[in-house]
Amino acid sequence: MDSAYLIETIIKVVVILLVFSALAGIGTYFERKVLAFMQRRLGPMNVGPYGVLQFGADAIKLFTKEDIIPTGVVAPIFKIAPVITAATAFMAAAAIPFLPSFEIFGYEVHPIVSDINVGIIYILGVMAVGLYGPLLGGMASANKYSLISAARAAAVFISYEVVTGLAALAPIMMVGSLSLIDFNNYQAGGISNWIVWSQPVAFILFWIAAFAETGRTPFHLIANDHEIIDGFGTEYSGMRWGLFFIGEYANMFFISFVIPLLFLGGYGDGSFLGALGLLAKVAFFFFFFLWTRAAWPDVRPDQLMWLCWKVLMPIAVINVVITGFVMMF
Amino acid sequence: MFEAVAFYLFAFLTIAMFYIVVTTKQALYALTALAAGMIFISAFFFILGADFLGAIQIIVYTGAVMALYAFGMMFFDTTRDVKEKQGNKYIIVGLSTLAAVLIVLIVSVPMVSDNIVALYPVADDIGNVQSVGLVLFTKYLIPFEVAAIMLLVAMVAGIVLAGKKMDLSLTLMSGEEIEDMKKEKNKKVLS
Repeated sequence: MDSAYLIETIIKVVVILLVFSALAGIGTYFERKVLAFMQRRLGPMNVGPYGVLQFGADAIKLFTKEDIIPTGVVAPIFKIAPVITAATAFMAAAAIPFLPSFEIFGYEVHPIVSDINVGIIYILGVMAVGLYGPLLGGMASANKYSLISAARAAAVFISYEVVTGLAALAPIMMVGSLSLIDFNNYQAGGISNWIVWSQPVAFILFWIAAFAETGRTPFHLIANDHEIIDGFGTEYSGMRWGLFFIGEYANMFFISFVIPLLFLGGYGDGSFLGALGLLAKVAFFFFFFLWTRAAWPDVRPDQLMWLCWKVLMPIAVINVVITGFVMMF
Repeated sequence: MFEAVAFYLFAFLTIAMFYIVVTTKQALYALTALAAGMIFISAFFFILGADFLGAIQIIVYTGAVMALYAFGMMFFDTTRDVKEKQGNKYIIVGLSTLAAVLIVLIVSVPMVSDNIVALYPVADDIGNVQSVGLVLFTKYLIPFEVAAIMLLVAMVAGIVLAGKKMDLSLTLMSGEEIEDMKKEKNKKVLS
C-alpha cells in the first residue's frame, strides 16, 4: 500500500463528501423550485437572484440554531441517530463509480473510492443501514408520533429490502458479477446493450423500491408531515435535523447513480460523452423524485405493505425464475 | 500495518459493543449495541478479503436486528430502564465464565494440535462470490438444502400463526362491521 494510493483515496473521499454535501443543499433548492413551478407558484425568490442563495441561508440557519436535547429522550441514541443516516449514505458511495476513469497531469484517476468486487450488495446493504437513523431517532425521542414513524421505518425496511434484492438479482444473474464497473462494461456497447431492454420488469421494480429506500413520496410515510408531524424528526432541531436532511438527499443522489449504472448503461464506453450521459441520467432520476412528489399522493402504510408483499415481491420472484430458465436453455 | 490497526480497532469495538448488550438495562441501548457489534464483525471479513461474506453479514444482521427492534417496541417502553429479575449472582457469573472458557477451548484446540487443513483452498483466479458458491454447491450442498427446508417450515409456521383473518382489512371496514367482528372475537377462525 503505497502513499500515492493513500493520498489519492483521501482526496477522493474529501471530494465526494464536499460535492455531495453541497449537492444535498442545492437539491433542496431545486426541489422547492420544481415543486413551486409544478404548482404554479414562484418558490424561494427573496434571497439572491431567483432565490439561488436560499440554500446558503438555510445552511446558516441550521448551523446556528440551538441544539436542543429534550429531557425525556435517551440522549446517546438520540444524538447518534442523525449521524447514522448521513454517514451510511456517504459510506455507500464508496463503491459507486461516479465517472469513467480519466487522466489528469499524466496520472490516471478512477473516480471510485474502492472497487470491491461485491459493489452492488455493499451499496444496498449500507444504504439499508441508513434506515437505522429514522428508527433509532424515532424510538429514542419519547414521542408518540416519533414512535409511529420508527415502527413504519422498520416495516418499510423489512419489506422493501426484499424487493430491491430480488429485482437486482435478475440483472446480476445476467452479468455474472456484483461489481458496478463490470455492470458498466457489460452494457458499454451502446443503447441496444442496456440491461433495461432485457430486464424491464426488474428495472421498474428496482425503481419503485428506490422510492421506498429513500423514503420519498409516494412512500413518504416515515416522516409524513400531514399525519405524524415530522415523524422521527419531530424532536430534532438545528444541525442534527440537518444531518437527516443531508442523508436523505445524498441517498437520493446515490440511488440515482445506481439505477443508471445497473440498468441504463452507466457511463457507456468511458468517453467524455458517456460521462455526460451518466450525469444526464442521474439528473433525470433526481428530477423524477421531485416530479413524483408534486404529482402523486402518499399511500397508506397498509397499502404499502399490500403493494410490496402481494404485488411486487411475487412479480420479482417470477422475474428471477424466468431469467434463470432463459439463461439455462 | 493497516490490517493490524484495523483488526485491533474493530476487535475492541466489537467486544465493547457486545459487553454493552449483556450489561445494560436499557432495551434500546442493548439493541443498538447488538446491531453495531454485528456490523463491526463484518470488518473482519473485509480485512480477510472475504468481501462477499462481509457485505452479506451487514445485510443479514441489519434486517435481523431490525426485527428485534420491532419486538422491543411492542414489549417495552424502550426509553426507560427494564427491571431485571436478578437470580443467584454466583450461578450467573459461574455459568458465563464456564461458557466463555468452553468457547475458547472449542476454537483453540484444533489450532493448537495443528488439526486444521483447508480441504477446499480458495482458487486464485476466481472471485469471492464464485468461491463461496463452489463450496456451497459441492461440499456443503446437503446442509444448504436442509437449511432451506428448515426456513420453509419456519415460513409456513409463521404464516399459519399470523395468518388469521388475513383477508380482512380494518381500514376498509365500516364501524358496524368492526363491532360485529369484536363480538365474534372468541370464535376460532382457522380450523
